[in-house]
Amino acid sequence: MPTSTGFISAQGLTRRFPDTSGSGELTVFEDLWFNVAEGEFACVIGHSGCGKSTILNILAGLDAPTEGHIIAAGKHVLGPSLDRAVIFQGHALMPWLSALGNVELAVSSRHPSWSRAEIRDHAMKYLTLVHLDGSETKKPAQLSGGMKQRVGIARALAIEPRVLLMDEPFSALDALTRGSLQDEVIAIRNATRQTVFMITHDVDEALLLADKILLMTNGPKASIAEIVENTLPKERTRAELHKLPNYYPLRNHLIEFLVTRSREMAVANVPSSAGRRTPPIVRPTAAFAPHASTATVPEPAGQVAACLPTRHVSAA
Amino acid sequence: MTQNWLGLRAGLVSLALFAIIVGVWHIATAGTGTAVKMDPEYAKLMGATATQGKSAMPGPAEVGAKIWQHLRDPFYDKGTNDKGIGIQLAYSIARVGLGYLLAVAVAIPVGFLIGMSPLMSRALDPFIQVMKPISPLAWMPLALYTIKDSGISAIFVIFICSLWPMLINTAFGVATVRRDWLNVAKTLEMSPGRTAWRVILPAAAPTILTGMRISIGIAWLVIVAAEMLVGGTGIGYFVWNEWNNLSITNVITAILFIGVIGMLLDQLMAKLQRLVAYAD
Repeated sequence: MPTSTGFISAQGLTRRFPDTSGSGELTVFEDLWFNVAEGEFACVIGHSGCGKSTILNILAGLDAPTEGHIIAAGKHVLGPSLDRAVIFQGHALMPWLSALGNVELAVSSRHPSWSRAEIRDHAMKYLTLVHLDGSETKKPAQLSGGMKQRVGIARALAIEPRVLLMDEPFSALDALTRGSLQDEVIAIRNATRQTVFMITHDVDEALLLADKILLMTNGPKASIAEIVENTLPKERTRAELHKLPNYYPLRNHLIEFLVTRSREMAVANVPSSAGRRTPPIVRPTAAFAPHASTATVPEPAGQVAACLPTRHVSAA
Repeated sequence: MTQNWLGLRAGLVSLALFAIIVGVWHIATAGTGTAVKMDPEYAKLMGATATQGKSAMPGPAEVGAKIWQHLRDPFYDKGTNDKGIGIQLAYSIARVGLGYLLAVAVAIPVGFLIGMSPLMSRALDPFIQVMKPISPLAWMPLALYTIKDSGISAIFVIFICSLWPMLINTAFGVATVRRDWLNVAKTLEMSPGRTAWRVILPAAAPTILTGMRISIGIAWLVIVAAEMLVGGTGIGYFVWNEWNNLSITNVITAILFIGVIGMLLDQLMAKLQRLVAYAD
């Protein structure tokens, strides 16, 4: 049941930068429209240069759109807010503060009137949540990459934001660490039902975590090609992911998009300006061969389920 | 273990070098014995240089004795031209301290302003570029004319020479604070004051402290020259006064004290530097 304005709602979002020559402008993305409902986990997938991080920065209030606007948690985004916490790609911890000190800095910003003990207890609670109790006195330089990112997650969660923004949070980590952090995010999200907006370039990560995957065409002048609904069962784990019936059709659909269609659509200037307001919603299933989905891009039709909403069809 | 061993060996080499330097110094300044036979009364008038081939340059034993004498009674005061070396050093340290603290009070806020505002950075840049290479002593006549107090003029000269390294380092440190950290501060809705205090200051502190360490070194170099000009008190005046007295022993003693105090000031700043350092 798509609402006209979601919990997060991008309306005609466009961002242009002055190009390197200084004379012209470079349009990174143009006329983006999308909604994310409260409690939903949305992922953006696209190639480098399509402006994924710029969208996140605009949503965080660190950057401003050239045209259009974005609404988050019922408020027009005009600048950074404690309602929206960011988990940065490069953890962005203050190296002179301990793990606890980093989280405390966030907590004391959220609750300026709290006593030291209250701030400390609250920060410890979130460090415990990401299993870092015992390492709270360590400085970031003494923590491993995964532990640093855990502190980043604890810092973001500790301010109890209404929206959690993640900018390729695990891309700098090795595969094993990434996996355990993904499990962590699933557990936290199952507990909090937090609204999350995440950038990734990892298809499996998107399928594991997201309810909804926004596919972006290649930049410049990138746009949202379609919105893929993740039809995998809600209770999914990393270990079981590849055994789920609909996993391969979904995965193939995403990869096929990244490999060929993201470029083809950008060249063909698809979707047209009319189609951008309501990007097609797609639920790839085994009923269609991966290539079939290319043929069924419902470019002019707008909000159309390209494939059958069949969660029960198995690959067998 | 190996670190300790290395330290021990280095210490031994230092001691050996010290012994060699003192030995050479001793031999170079020792008398060559009776040079010319002459009437003892006349020889007294001629002095040791003429009669025994002894250099006017004091040997290590004389300087050692002088140092010991100064250390035993550093704070006596027998009038304008005869004060203990402790008093003279205290005057110099006080002047350096005052001028330096004034420079800190100006350089750090202004450095923050320059570092945070590209407009102010560009606007103030020509002034800094012109003022920075001016020898601090060149300000002395101007200071004497306007302030009309030699003591305060010396402090002003210290102020002006300590200012630039701190100003430039603070501005650089503040301007190069990592964008990520500033973005964190923004998303946490931290006020500009809180961001400056909790994020920018600790982030830039190692760079600022480097500037402060350079400044204290320059200030200690300049105070000797400044006090030679303004006179009255201070270790610089002491050196010049003893030169006028032709007491090379006292001059060498003062030089050694100046070196030791300079080293202590530098060590103090190094300690502070370690306090604010962070591993990234």
